[in-house]
Amino acid sequence: MSIRLATGGRLIDRSRSIGFSFNGKTLTGHPGDTLASALMANGQMIMGRSFKYHRPRGVVASGAEEPNALVNLGTGNRHEPNQRATLTELFEGLTATSQNHWPSLNWDIGEVNALIPQLLPAGFYYKTFIHPRPFWKHVFEPFIRQSAGLGRAPDPEHADPDRYEQLYAHVDLVIAGGGIAGLQAALEAGRAGLRVILCEQGAHWGGRAPVDGVGIDGQPAADWVTSAVQELEKMDNVHLRLRMMVAGVYDHGYVIGYERVADHAPETDAPRHRLWRIRAARVVSATGALERPLSFAGNDKPCVMLASAMRDYVVNWGVAPGARTVIVTNNDDAYRTALALQAAGLAVPCIVDARAKADGPLVQEARARGLRVLTGMAIANVKGLRGVVAVQLCAQDGTGAVLEDVVCDAVAMSGGWSPVVHLWSHCGGKLIWDSKGAFFRPDPDRPPTDQHGQGFVICAGAADGALLAADTMANASRSIRKILHEHGKDASDAAPLTSAMAEAPMMPVWVMPAQAGVKKRAKMWLDFQNDVKVSDVQLAAREGFESVEHAKRYTTLGMATDQGKLSNINGLAILAQALDEDIPRVGTTTFRPPYTPISMGAIAGEGRGAIFQPLRRTSIQDWHEAHGAHFEPVGYWRRPYCFPKQGESHRDAVNREILATRGGLGLLDASTLGKIIVKGPDAARFLDMLYTNLMSSLAPGKCRYGLMCNENGFLMDDGVVARLDDETFLVHTTTGGADRIHAHMEDWLQCEWWDWKVYTANVTEQWAQIAVVGPKARAVLQKLGSDLDLSNAALPFMAWAEGRIGGFDARAFRISFSGELSFEIAVPAAQGRAFWEALLAAGAEFGATPYGTEALHVMRAEKGFIMIGDETDGTVIPQDLGLDWAISKKKTDYLGKRAQERPHMTDPLRWKLVGLETLDGSVLPDGCYALADGVNANGQRNTQGRVTSTYFSPTLGRGIAMGLVLNGPGRMGDVLDFNTTKKTAKGEMRTIKARIVNPVFYDLSGEKQNV
Amino acid sequence: MSDATISALPGAESHHGIVTIREMGLQGMVSLRADLAGAARAVKQVTGAAMPGLRGVTKGRGCQVAWMSPDEVLILCDHAAADKLVFDLGEALTGQHHLVVNVSDARAMFSLAGPVGALRDVLSKVTPADISAIAPGEMRRTRLQQVAAAIWFETQTEARVICFRSVGRYVFDLLTVSAGKGGAVGYH
Repeated sequence: MSIRLATGGRLIDRSRSIGFSFNGKTLTGHPGDTLASALMANGQMIMGRSFKYHRPRGVVASGAEEPNALVNLGTGNRHEPNQRATLTELFEGLTATSQNHWPSLNWDIGEVNALIPQLLPAGFYYKTFIHPRPFWKHVFEPFIRQSAGLGRAPDPEHADPDRYEQLYAHVDLVIAGGGIAGLQAALEAGRAGLRVILCEQGAHWGGRAPVDGVGIDGQPAADWVTSAVQELEKMDNVHLRLRMMVAGVYDHGYVIGYERVADHAPETDAPRHRLWRIRAARVVSATGALERPLSFAGNDKPCVMLASAMRDYVVNWGVAPGARTVIVTNNDDAYRTALALQAAGLAVPCIVDARAKADGPLVQEARARGLRVLTGMAIANVKGLRGVVAVQLCAQDGTGAVLEDVVCDAVAMSGGWSPVVHLWSHCGGKLIWDSKGAFFRPDPDRPPTDQHGQGFVICAGAADGALLAADTMANASRSIRKILHEHGKDASDAAPLTSAMAEAPMMPVWVMPAQAGVKKRAKMWLDFQNDVKVSDVQLAAREGFESVEHAKRYTTLGMATDQGKLSNINGLAILAQALDEDIPRVGTTTFRPPYTPISMGAIAGEGRGAIFQPLRRTSIQDWHEAHGAHFEPVGYWRRPYCFPKQGESHRDAVNREILATRGGLGLLDASTLGKIIVKGPDAARFLDMLYTNLMSSLAPGKCRYGLMCNENGFLMDDGVVARLDDETFLVHTTTGGADRIHAHMEDWLQCEWWDWKVYTANVTEQWAQIAVVGPKARAVLQKLGSDLDLSNAALPFMAWAEGRIGGFDARAFRISFSGELSFEIAVPAAQGRAFWEALLAAGAEFGATPYGTEALHVMRAEKGFIMIGDETDGTVIPQDLGLDWAISKKKTDYLGKRAQERPHMTDPLRWKLVGLETLDGSVLPDGCYALADGVNANGQRNTQGRVTSTYFSPTLGRGIAMGLVLNGPGRMGDVLDFNTTKKTAKGEMRTIKARIVNPVFYDLSGEKQNV
Repeated sequence: MSDATISALPGAESHHGIVTIREMGLQGMVSLRADLAGAARAVKQVTGAAMPGLRGVTKGRGCQVAWMSPDEVLILCDHAAADKLVFDLGEALTGQHHLVVNVSDARAMFSLAGPVGALRDVLSKVTPADISAIAPGEMRRTRLQQVAAAIWFETQTEARVICFRSVGRYVFDLLTVSAGKGGAVGYH
């Protein structure tokens, strides 16, 4: 049973107590505890269950690499699954529950999976749940969904109440890792004047050195760490950050840092997490190394832990998983755990060393202190159901015949150490296999390279393979000096002398014992979270999944939330053995950011709620909101769709707005329409290239409707062009086209016609623009008073004039999208709201009615005017829409001209624009097709047309539609069948009949806009 | 008609955070596109300001001229003076290919004021531009999270931001959230 030791624990404050709860039980811990150490102190060693077999799981590591101790943290809208107990700093009131079991942690029905492992080997998903076929949808899938996954996703109705943010920073150097290598690198770089950010993912500086008895410049490592941090804090050019993990290294020195600002102090106003987006010239990865488990039968049981983690718990937090601990190892470093346990007054019955000979200094020290060292030995079996009660020993070089039983309640295992090479690898750094240490380390000749082809990441210390403390410091200093030399600098002082007990070589042990049979191999765990065993990887190799990437996916080794940190190397060594290959030839799988999971909140940053998107508002937006407008999105704008009165449906509002406008006076906020000034001696020539029409012949004071096609000949935007003077045009675009067409113009001017003298300016937002529409349009403007002659003679249809209206500076365009008498008035945006209100006031006697985009759409459809995005879809050309009159015959070239001469574009079978009227007056459904006889090769009904716009027209009291139909204009009066999604009583598709008619449904002669 | 003329977010102010955010009201802005070397004399004559260099801002008579791109400058002036400035520049540049246009109402301007470090920390939360490399006298075009913007420092403790009018509310809300209490970073 795990316990809190009477003394010790350099990170905890024993004088104060913190209350927390686990699975509903109230427990206490100390400030400085992690949830893992606090649970251990309370005798709670089982902290979760594994993914596939639901085996009880205890904590196996002490840091970010932990695969087992995953808990639900928080309740309600703060519930967050899969939180690692080893990284969760204890705070008052912390609430946690264990995951992946039912009904309880101790008695889990899912454990039945463990009784049938033969049926659930690796890759079983590909071989099971296939027959009977119909069972998948209703039986297998729901069952799998129910039992799959670790942790419970937050409820959809809960919104995360915390806030998150991001921060951009630019520095010369990012150092990832606050152990002695990172601190030394920071000191040397800081003293040389570089701008440095030093990040440490944990809450404390110093890394492993204070636990492992390292001496630096004759003092204990912890003291050196303290003074190093003090010196660094005084440097203006060095920024220190705890609780910040470097999550990823990307091209061009872009580094992501994940700072857990307030996880440990949830009461504050601070953002919970902050994502640092750093541009660094260089990165030092001082990320240390991770210990590997050993693969022996029963190595996944609670109270079997990594040896270094066990001494971390004893030294840092004063807790121990057991009173009697057996050490099993293939290297000298694990002996530090034996010595630490003994120094804490705990029993160490024996140290099981797989090597035939062990007499390094640490081993000798252990023997000198009376510890029993067994060489050439192995663990055959771990006995115990929910923990450890004994281990059975055998020869390492054998099949596992039991030689001795040792009573114990914990096992500390060490299979060696792997440098943390992730940040080196993210951007393409390559690795080499160090066979002496049995680990991959960075290949200094193949670093990740920046935009200059230079290596921009350097590893330092244990991360570079310099695992022994004496080498670590020297390596860190050498690494940082490479960067200083690039700046023409050197380190000011010599690197400190570091000492720790030397170590004899390790011996790689991938299977314990070496000739273990299949039954034992089926109980040797590689991936504790996903339940992948040695036998599974060997099975994958036998089934032909020989690439390490395939073996990973087939077995799911390394695909759990710990991303294979403890299983990666052990697994690929087994694969190499199975394929009879060298480990370096098998290689590793791809390392991808983030190094450990980061929250979605940090990635989203502050962008939520009102600032999720940069919504755009016209200068009249407040008025629309205050008057109950119903809005529709047009890009980032929100335009009024209609202005429903109290109790009015949207459909009724739209009908009312149309009738009021055609019958009297309507007002539309058209401010969102694009307005681009095009000016210069070549402006006319430029517009002639952009439009299908001839724009150069437009006279100052006049307007012309134009079509813009892309290079492929397809219609992409339309709008009215006004000529302001000889050299100046004002181009109107659709709302959605404003920024796009401006970019299109600049693209051609900068990249193709760069010698043409044309300047453009996007003035869309400079002007509020209001459409004053209806038989009373002129009357309301004259009532407001103007220095302009607004009569039809002075300001005819498609002309414009500039002057003052109602005291406002205004430009009036006689443009009509509704077919009524219509003036579009532009005033400076700062006066938009005031002008709108002036129009409403003056127009009250004429029944002035604000109308929205839907009334706009219906009115233009009544007139047969096309709408970009309805009648066009990127495949439609002007000739399809009966707009041949807008295609200039005189111009030798314009964008799209040649494309429109291709056979596909001149094919007479292209569908053409017509109007459609249902025989019964109903409204054709959106997007429906005109049916033709027979079916195509796919068994789909043939078609001969489609509906592009369809509305109810209150003006005509019936449904109207526009569509593209085969030979449409030549078939006036023909009746076609259109599909619907409804079925007849017989279960057949219900169709609607509609007649082909002229698309101009209202005021065919166009006299109303000309008054 | 003066009370009929309003800025994007009149009177908007946020002072509960680690820096104070204020909407600056009506601001005159004139956009000039031309060959900058060729237009320097006309600009000097009309505004009193020298033509600025790359990202530079020069001072003139009641106005400032800011470099926007190799063929564009932005003139900041009183809102009421913008139209005349457009007219005068147009006259002075007769015969030279140019485009000068009043864009005063197309923009919104905000001020951020606070301690030197906090001010730069708040800006660093929303722009990828290197804030510590921007000195007074430099205008930096960049983005504020999702929208285009320009930033400059009036003094070490006050920065100004301009953005398009239509996203004025987004920018104000974004800056307010970023300056929120509890959000001190201690980086700059």
